[in-house]
Formats: sequence, structure tokens, C-alpha cells
Amino acid sequence: MGSITIRNVSKTFGEAKVIPNIDLEINDGEFVVFVGPSGCGKSTLLRLIAGLEDVSGGQILIDGKDVTEAAPAERGLAMVFQSYALYPHMSVRNNIAFPLKMANMDQALINKKVEGAAKVLNLTDYLDRRPGQLSGGQRQRVAIGRAIVREPSAFLFDEPLSNLDAALRGTMRLEISDLHYQLKTTMVYVTHDQIEAMTMADKIVVLNRGNIEQVGSPLELYKSPRNLFVAGFIGSPRMNLIEGDYARSKNAKTVGIRPEHLLPSKQSGLWRGTVTVAEHLGADTFLHANVDGLGPITARVDGEFGVKHGETVYLTPDESKLHRFDDKGLALGPALTGA
Amino acid sequence: MATFHTRSAARLMMAPSVLLLFAWMIVPLATTIYFSTLNYNLLSPGDHAFLGITNYQYFLTDPAFFDALINTLLLVGGVLFITIIGGIGFALLLDQQIYGQGIVRILAIAPFFVMPTVAALVWKNMFMNPVNGLFAYFFRLAGMEPLDWLASIPLFSIIIIVAWQWLPFATLILLTSLQSLDEEQKEAAEMDGASAFSRFIYLTLPHMARAITVVILIETIFLLSVFAEILVTTNGGPGTDSTNLTYLIYSQALLQFDIGGASAGGIVAVILANIVAIFLVRIVGKNLEA
Ligand SMILES: Nc1ncnc2c1ncn2[C@@H]1O[C@H](COP(=O)(O)OP(=O)(O)O)[C@@H](O)[C@H]1O
Ligand SMILES: [Mg+2]
Repeated sequence: MGSITIRNVSKTFGEAKVIPNIDLEINDGEFVVFVGPSGCGKSTLLRLIAGLEDVSGGQILIDGKDVTEAAPAERGLAMVFQSYALYPHMSVRNNIAFPLKMANMDQALINKKVEGAAKVLNLTDYLDRRPGQLSGGQRQRVAIGRAIVREPSAFLFDEPLSNLDAALRGTMRLEISDLHYQLKTTMVYVTHDQIEAMTMADKIVVLNRGNIEQVGSPLELYKSPRNLFVAGFIGSPRMNLIEGDYARSKNAKTVGIRPEHLLPSKQSGLWRGTVTVAEHLGADTFLHANVDGLGPITARVDGEFGVKHGETVYLTPDESKLHRFDDKGLALGPALTGA
Repeated sequence: MATFHTRSAARLMMAPSVLLLFAWMIVPLATTIYFSTLNYNLLSPGDHAFLGITNYQYFLTDPAFFDALINTLLLVGGVLFITIIGGIGFALLLDQQIYGQGIVRILAIAPFFVMPTVAALVWKNMFMNPVNGLFAYFFRLAGMEPLDWLASIPLFSIIIIVAWQWLPFATLILLTSLQSLDEEQKEAAEMDGASAFSRFIYLTLPHMARAITVVILIETIFLLSVFAEILVTTNGGPGTDSTNLTYLIYSQALLQFDIGGASAGGIVAVILANIVAIFLVRIVGKNLEA
């Protein structure tokens, strides 16, 4: 069991109100990702759940039980830190065994559990090494091992992959997703990387300046962002946001069109632009063009599209995929066709 | 940076200082060894006859030598014990967030800046004096006979004085080490269910091992040669109760005017200090690796 309820929680550091007021429900077994720009309060919210910071107001419930005042160890949660926070002078074996030892578990049982965890995480050959003798990815796995042996009711991850190189990040992402699939334990995962959020989450919580901008499944956020912030944050490359005459013709302050919903052509189209950069990735081409009257627009084309810097390109938006926003930045309904 | 050229250039440029240091050590050492073989007493001028190892025989068979050896070890060991335990305690206290932290830290460091003679005199006259001392006052308050510290427990009194002087050094080094302990590690241990005591044992103490090693090594070097504190308080007495090796050599040379015997004692002390150093480096020095 591992459902977490956050009720009217706020957090201030001295004068700074880092989290004004948050309400959130995390269901048992869910993979929830907190995503948002750096400094928006993701770590703070996670640490409030963990009990490493005291709330300034509100309540935190785990499985319906009020744990607002409970010490971290009493909450039955396990956390994986950004710096891994392994104990440097202990072997991998003792690192993983530490929480069990602190719980005064029987040594034979500890050994069994540690070896079990090591097997799952491919660490069997490294059990007698020190953390300092391991690579980044292996250290990450030790930190995860130390978390899983406790069989917590939920895992908390604070940007666990941000110290790894891109290739390893991809692998670890899959491993963590796989782990969630096997354990079916609630996981709360903090990241500033929307790709991690999109690929791993059952439910994404988009945070901005300590406020929840939107909660939803990855595809919900992609298809119907509630406001400009979410629209700009979720999706890569970023959604093109256009103001001015074109937006007014759609009865909106701002309209957004994702790069993948623009149809490029070398002959004709709605908008005419000059290519500034064309990124040829093989599977896709990202076209960055300066469109007359609109400014810089990014388009994403499947496969190869042979244009170079300085050439002319025509772009036509798929108007059924247009996002419209009012002057407060909130999403309006779908565009009225033929307007 | 390790090509043949940079290495030979480095050697060339280091040479003057190496030579200077070498001469600085070798000349006094050679002179001392030379003196230690002579019948060289300031009261009998004239020829200094060559004696061979006779000075060493006298020094090593002198009952005072054995006493001094034990006292030296007790002094070094006692001060190390008090400063390490006390230093860890103070470092833990000073690491807490308190109002006026800066001032408290400066106050705690202050004893280190007091000269050994001054410190010893202050302790002797203001604290340990059996008539006017503060301790005597407390003893009388408790209805007890005041203790004549320097006469009845001279070595222990000196250990207290020297420990007081070195406590700030230990505290400072251990505090810096404590502050470099990763906050996330402490939090991880907290989430792992470790109590404050377990966190200290499993996390803080191992983290401080290197700093403790440094404190032991540096203090030992200086504590082997404690002198001023003994000179101004007990003069090594009563008898040889508070005489350490340094003080014994001093009394040979300048109280008995026996330069030859004192030189032999000096060489013995150098050898003993090296033995201690080798042991220390073997036992604790491995903490400094990696
Ligand atoms: N212990 C603290 N004391 C004061 N301010 C803090 C503290 N921890 C975090 N903050 C502030 O709270 C804000 C959110 O921090 P954090 O939750 O770490 O952001 P992130 O989303 O990058 O993880 C930042 O502006 C940070 O400066
Ligand atoms: Mg953070």
C-alpha cells in the first residue's frame, strides 16, 4: 500500500514562500512525476513528503494516516538522492544492508535480501567494493538497491539520473520503469527533464513557482495543456507560440502549434520562411525557420527533408491541432474551423 | 606535466631548498652525535676526551631515563585521549546552529593562541594553587581538603594544562571535517531509520577518521617535545614524577652541565621519536590514503 495525500500544504523558508498551497492525490502503485523548471520547488515538495522538511501548513497523509508530524523513518518511504548519498566508507553490501541493520533484522535474512536486490540490479559482482570504486550508473543502482530492500510503501526519487551521461540516462530510465512494473510500488519521481516525465509517468504533475499548473497523464498534457506554461514545457521541440494577427484571426491572444503539426513544403504553403538551421537527425529533421510576420518557428518532419540554411521553406499548420490561449494564458476550447 | 624536461627542471629548482633543509638538519645532528661521544662537561674545561658509547650507557641506565620514557608516553597518550574525545564533543556542539556562533567559535579557539608558558602559569597560579586557586575554592565549597595539584598529581596536572592548549586545535580540525560531511548522506541515514547515535557511529565517526588521524599525527610531533609547561610549573618534580625526555635532556645539559650526556640523550630521543613516527604512520597513516 502506498497512497499519498497532500492537503493544503505550504512551505516557507524565512521570507520566501516556496510552496504557496498544494493539494495532490497520489494513488497506490502509481508512477507520479513532478516536473518543472529548476528552482520551482519540486525537491522541496518531495522532501516534505519524505519528512526531511517540516510543512509550514497543511497535512500529509500516507495510506490515510496523518504523518505530518512523523519522523522520516516512521513514514515507510525510501528515497534515492540526486547525489546518491551512498555511505562512502561502507562496501556496497553494507550500504544496501544499512536500513535493514538499523531495523535490527536478523543477519541471515539481511544477507538474503541484499543478495536478492543485488541480483535484480546486476550488482552481485560488486558487493564487496566501495562506492568510490563504482561508475555513476552502478552507484545509482546501489542507491536504488538500498531503497528496495526496505520494501517501502513508496519510493521517492530526486532527479536520480541528472548526473549520468545521455546514453546511461536512457538505460536507467528503462530500468526504473521496469522496476516499477515488477514491484508495482508507488513511485514519486522528480525531474526537470520533460522527456523523463513523458516516458516514465503514469501521472505528471507540472509545477511552476511552487504551484501545480496541471496534473494528468503524459498524453493528456500533450494533447490538452491547460495553459501556456504547460504547453511550452511539455513536448520537444517546444510548441511554437504565436501572437498577433494570426492569433486574433483564431479569436485568441496566443495560439500554439507543435512542431510536428506543421507541414513543410518547398513549393507552397500558408507561411513562407527562411531556414536558419536545419537539424538532420536521420529519423527526423528539425527545421528552424524565420517566418515572415511571425518570427522564428520550429517544424519537425519525419525522415529527411533536404533544405539548407538560407533556403526558403513553406509551412502549413494543421489547424485541427491548434491550441488557443486567452490573455491570461489559459487554454480555450479547440479552434473553430473556418473562422 | 611529467615529461623528462619538466622533471629535471623541477629537480634543479628544488635543489637549493633541499640542500638548505638537508644542511639545516644534518649539521646539528652530526654535531650532536659528535658531542655525545665526548667527555664534555661545562664545569671541567680543557680537553674533551673521546669516550665512545659511555655517555649512552650512563643515560640509558639512569633510572630517571626509564621514568622519563614512561612519563613522555603517558603525557602524549593522555593529551591525545583528552583532546580527541573532547575535540569531537566540542566539534559536535559547535556544529549546531546557535545564536552568536561566530563569537563562540572564536572563544573556543582562543587557548591555542596563548603561549605555553603563560598558559601554564595561569593554570598554576589561578586554578591549581592549593591556597588561592579556583579549584581549591571549589574543594572547600564541597567541604574537602584542597588538592595540591602540582605536588600530588604533577603529571596529570601537566596533562590537563597541555590538553587545554591543544583542545582548540583538535576541535578546529574536527569541526571542519564535520562540516564537510555531506548533508544528503545524513538525510539518507535518517530515512534509513538510523537514530542520532547510529548516525554518529556509522556515518560521522568514519567520516572524521582522516581528520582524527591528522590530529594524532600533528599533536604527537609537538607533544613529544613538551617543555615550557613543565619548566614553569613542576620543574620535572617532585623527583622525576613529571620529567619527560625533553626535560631530562635539558636538566642534563643545563642543570648538570653535562653536554656529552645530554647529547647522548638527544640522540636517544631522536631514535625513539622516529620509532613512534614509524608506528604512527603504519597504524594510522593508512587512513590518509585514498
Ligand atoms: N533550505 C532552504 N532554505 C532556503 N531556501 C530554500 C531551501 N531549500 C530550497 N530553497 C528555495 O526554494 C526554492 C525551491 O527549491 P527546490 O525545491 O530545491 O527547487 P527544485 O525544483 O529545483 O528542486 C528555491 O528558490 C530555493 O532557493
Ligand atoms: Mg531539486
